[in-house]
Amino acid sequence: MNAPIVVVGAGQAAASFVSRHVALGSPEPLLLIGEESHPPYQRPPLSKKYLLGDLERERLFIRPLEWYAEQGVTTRFDTRVSEIRATERQLVTDVGDVVDYDRLLLCTGSSARGLPAEIGGDLAGVFRLRSIADIDSMAPGFTAGRRLLIVGGGYIGLEAAAVARQLGLEVTLLEMAERIMQRVAAAETSDYFRRLHQAHGVVIRESARMTRLLEDDGRVCGAELESGEVLPADIVLIGIGGVANVELATAAGLDIDNGIAVDETCRSSDEYIFAAGDCASFVRDGRRIRLESVQNAADQGDLVARVMAGEDVTYQALPWFWSDQYDCKLQIVGLNLGHDRTVVRPGDSDAVMSVWYYAGDRLIAIDAMNDPKAYAFGRRIIETGKNPAPEVVADPATDLKLLAKS
Amino acid sequence: MATITWKMEDGSEITADVKDGLNLMEAATANNVPHIEGECGGCLSCATCHVFVDPEWLAKTGDVDDIEDTMLEMTDVEREDNSRLSCQIIASPELDGLVLRVPEPE
Repeated sequence: MNAPIVVVGAGQAAASFVSRHVALGSPEPLLLIGEESHPPYQRPPLSKKYLLGDLERERLFIRPLEWYAEQGVTTRFDTRVSEIRATERQLVTDVGDVVDYDRLLLCTGSSARGLPAEIGGDLAGVFRLRSIADIDSMAPGFTAGRRLLIVGGGYIGLEAAAVARQLGLEVTLLEMAERIMQRVAAAETSDYFRRLHQAHGVVIRESARMTRLLEDDGRVCGAELESGEVLPADIVLIGIGGVANVELATAAGLDIDNGIAVDETCRSSDEYIFAAGDCASFVRDGRRIRLESVQNAADQGDLVARVMAGEDVTYQALPWFWSDQYDCKLQIVGLNLGHDRTVVRPGDSDAVMSVWYYAGDRLIAIDAMNDPKAYAFGRRIIETGKNPAPEVVADPATDLKLLAKS
Repeated sequence: MATITWKMEDGSEITADVKDGLNLMEAATANNVPHIEGECGGCLSCATCHVFVDPEWLAKTGDVDDIEDTMLEMTDVEREDNSRLSCQIIASPELDGLVLRVPEPE
């Protein structure tokens, strides 16, 4: 029998690849290998509904466990791949099994960055938020009245803060930079979310540099800031970004550049090896970038199935993202990288607004807060290459639907 | 529980029993219904679970709220009067026998 196409890593990109491969009726056998014990699942709800206890575990699964066998896909979960022998087109698992592959797709994802053990990063009570297991170990401690310290004011930290407040914890959030969301959004968006969280009772400390976590009998009990100030805490959540999982690819000699470097068909520097999702870096608008998002993982996984099936397609998808915090729905379309101007479009109330990002005259991205119209019509405006003047967008009297469809 | 039927443009059909409380995007992906992706997991951000509801069932499938109404503007296949995002339709005994038509993007 021919060697299968092997997918290493069982997340969103892998699920999307498998789904498309099956839908296309591609004849090659598939083997899906994942380190976790679960089939591919949605990660976004982990820091939202799943942490809140509002969603059963099985409903996180992108396809039910039985689905894979029903489609003739072989799965090996709880399995770590320890080596790729690219010249032999073989994998070695951590129990020493050697697996031949016809082609290989790496969907190894990214890991949540931790704090070094020297400053308390591995004390009991210190958590990261990346997997079902992370939440399952953290959730029992998420009870009313406990003091949660969140390190990092990005999406993960802010979403966890929202859930924690809903569950009645006392929440302090530390951000090293001058403002929360500094890396991902304009100041207007940061201001919106600072107000939102403060209104819900989160203490937000920006420009706050933490030097170490403090220990009491092996458990974290607080954090010390550079100023010497001590903040007590019962639980600490580290949300300081992700790192691409490239160890396997690096050892196999693939080109690495802030992720596994792939071309516009998601092919790596080895013609038989592809990469998709959080672990892959690709060129967009002349820059090599890496995205950690469902859209990117799903669209790249889908693309690889098409490429492997012989379709002449390249990765051009317009990125989009979302976040839910309290009753605020944030929807983002485009990449704001390289913007030199932003304009705010106000909504009917303080809770509704959108921030439009321009690079020169070009509209490149939109953050829409409780404003699905700005998101939906804005997306169409960007997709069709219209670049409405910022003054037009900022004018609440402008009908976005007309603008999108004109 | 409700028995739901998805009709594809090529005339094929998929019928499945769906547990109460599940949304019909989840039910579709679990049953391998083509063209229903549900990338955002049902949080009204992707519009990839678009279906047409058999008109006689429209009343029972409930109202379209403002967010869904707006998101229906960005479906791959143009919306019609009976368009829904299937993640917003929740299975219940009331929907037993429901028929959905699945649009096929070009």
